[in-house]
Amino acid sequence: MRFETPTTVDEAVRLLSDDPEARILAGGTDLLVRLRARQVAPSAVIDVKRIAEMTVITREEGGWRIGAAVPSAEMNEMSDLCADWPGVMEAADLIGSTQIQGRATMAGNLCNASPAADSVPAMVAAGAVARIAGPSGTRDVAVEDIPTGPGQTSLKPGELITSIFLPVKPAMSGDAYLRFIPRTEMDIAVVGVGVHVTLDDQGKISAARVALGAVAPTVILSQSCADALIGTPGDDAALDALAAAATEEATPIDDKRGTVAFRKDIAGVLARRTAKIAIARAKGDA
Amino acid sequence: MSQIHVTATINGDETEFLCDPTETLLDVLRDHLDLTGSKEGCGSGDCGACSIILDGRLVCSCLVLAAEAEGRSVETIEGMAEGDKLHPLQEKFIEHAALQCGICTPGILVAAKNLLERNPNPSEEEVRYWLAGNLCRCTGYDKIIRAVMDTAAEMRGAA
Ligand SMILES: Cc1cc2nc3c(=O)[nH]c(=O)nc-3n(C[C@H](O)[C@H](O)[C@H](O)COP(=O)(O)OP(=O)(O)OC[C@H]3O[C@@H](n4cnc5c(N)ncnc54)[C@H](O)[C@@H]3O)c2cc1C
Ligand code: FES
Ligand code: FES
Repeated sequence: MRFETPTTVDEAVRLLSDDPEARILAGGTDLLVRLRARQVAPSAVIDVKRIAEMTVITREEGGWRIGAAVPSAEMNEMSDLCADWPGVMEAADLIGSTQIQGRATMAGNLCNASPAADSVPAMVAAGAVARIAGPSGTRDVAVEDIPTGPGQTSLKPGELITSIFLPVKPAMSGDAYLRFIPRTEMDIAVVGVGVHVTLDDQGKISAARVALGAVAPTVILSQSCADALIGTPGDDAALDALAAAATEEATPIDDKRGTVAFRKDIAGVLARRTAKIAIARAKGDA
Repeated sequence: MSQIHVTATINGDETEFLCDPTETLLDVLRDHLDLTGSKEGCGSGDCGACSIILDGRLVCSCLVLAAEAEGRSVETIEGMAEGDKLHPLQEKFIEHAALQCGICTPGILVAAKNLLERNPNPSEEEVRYWLAGNLCRCTGYDKIIRAVMDTAAEMRGAA
């Protein structure tokens, strides 16, 4: 195995294009576990942490461009970023322990393409966009269009994610992410829900994005969940409709962490709780 | 497999080593540099026994490739005491009997030191969450938490 340390995106793209067996190394909290367990044997790892533009967080058009090599801990130390997108930051802050957060990136969480990845539903609810560099240039892709199945992404050969863009936070809006795990820390989501809502002058929900994690092969951006909220004041009736829609949309599997029936039920319960937090944040109450 | 030449600052000293591309920083610390204080409990990021500080950040050295350390600063448990003078956390761990077999202890001390540098006045809940990635099979955690809280109080008093 070779160890490569490109200092520019172009160089990383070239290394990746020249060698289909090479893998990107960001925080390594998925890749190195798999390497050590001999589940992967790449011909090279390409460490992207020496590419300056991938290691910084910058403001752009009122939103935030987060370099794909920035670890969760660093994002969570930026109070302005946490104030704009608390749900996304809390989701990233749930990834593993303090030690894991010192390395784990959201782009790595996304590209690892686990159905249970915590930051993914939160990014999808926020309308996050991944910037991709590859042999034929740069393209921007909605986060929900990156994972295509467990461990699979829509990235083409030679492509990598260089940054994640969180758009400008609309006025009177709020986001939240909650997951259910059997413990209080250090576990993999049985269900995860991200919600982002925007209110109008009358306090009615004018826009909503609801994303469900760990209940399908890839994250679900649910239109029926959003429709249950849009046009309502986010009252109990709307939350009941949201919960029913989330339970309906979830198509989980049975595994050691939960049965189908349990996961569907929890998807509804969590959708309600997460929406309540997002609505309170949109009102400035939380 | 061709070896990689790495220069890193380890516990304040510029250190050079050769490593295989697949070797972890934990492998190099223990097997090449004889810094065996960092332990390998799991090798998969779950136990925290291998905790070190890499450029100021607490990480698991079992999930860092040794070659990644080029030009970086690494702090391990061996850098904690100043000669024979123990760090206040080490003193308090002894006083509170916050260790039994001791396998988890270096990692917990390194993690707790990094916490107190960032937050000299953590709540018990903050200490527990910060150390959630450091597993201990012996103590039941309570004595560890009390030792960290007591150290924090003492260091605030001394400051
Ligand atoms: C103890 C432990 C606990 C964990 N707990 C959680 C948890 O609670 N929730 C959770 O969601 N995850 C958890 N994880 C998994 C992991 O930490 C996350 O998925 C993390 O976000 C991965 O990011 P990374 O930067 O470490 O990725 P890496 O391991 O560096 O990369 C992951 C994969 O993505 C690819 N990749 C990385 N960056 C890019 C890029 N920019 N472009 C293209 N491909 C790229 C890599 O080639 C690799 O295949 C845990 C892991 C451990 C070891
Ligand atoms: S040995 Fe590194 S976390 Fe267990
Ligand atoms: S003292 Fe034995 S594992 Fe903690």
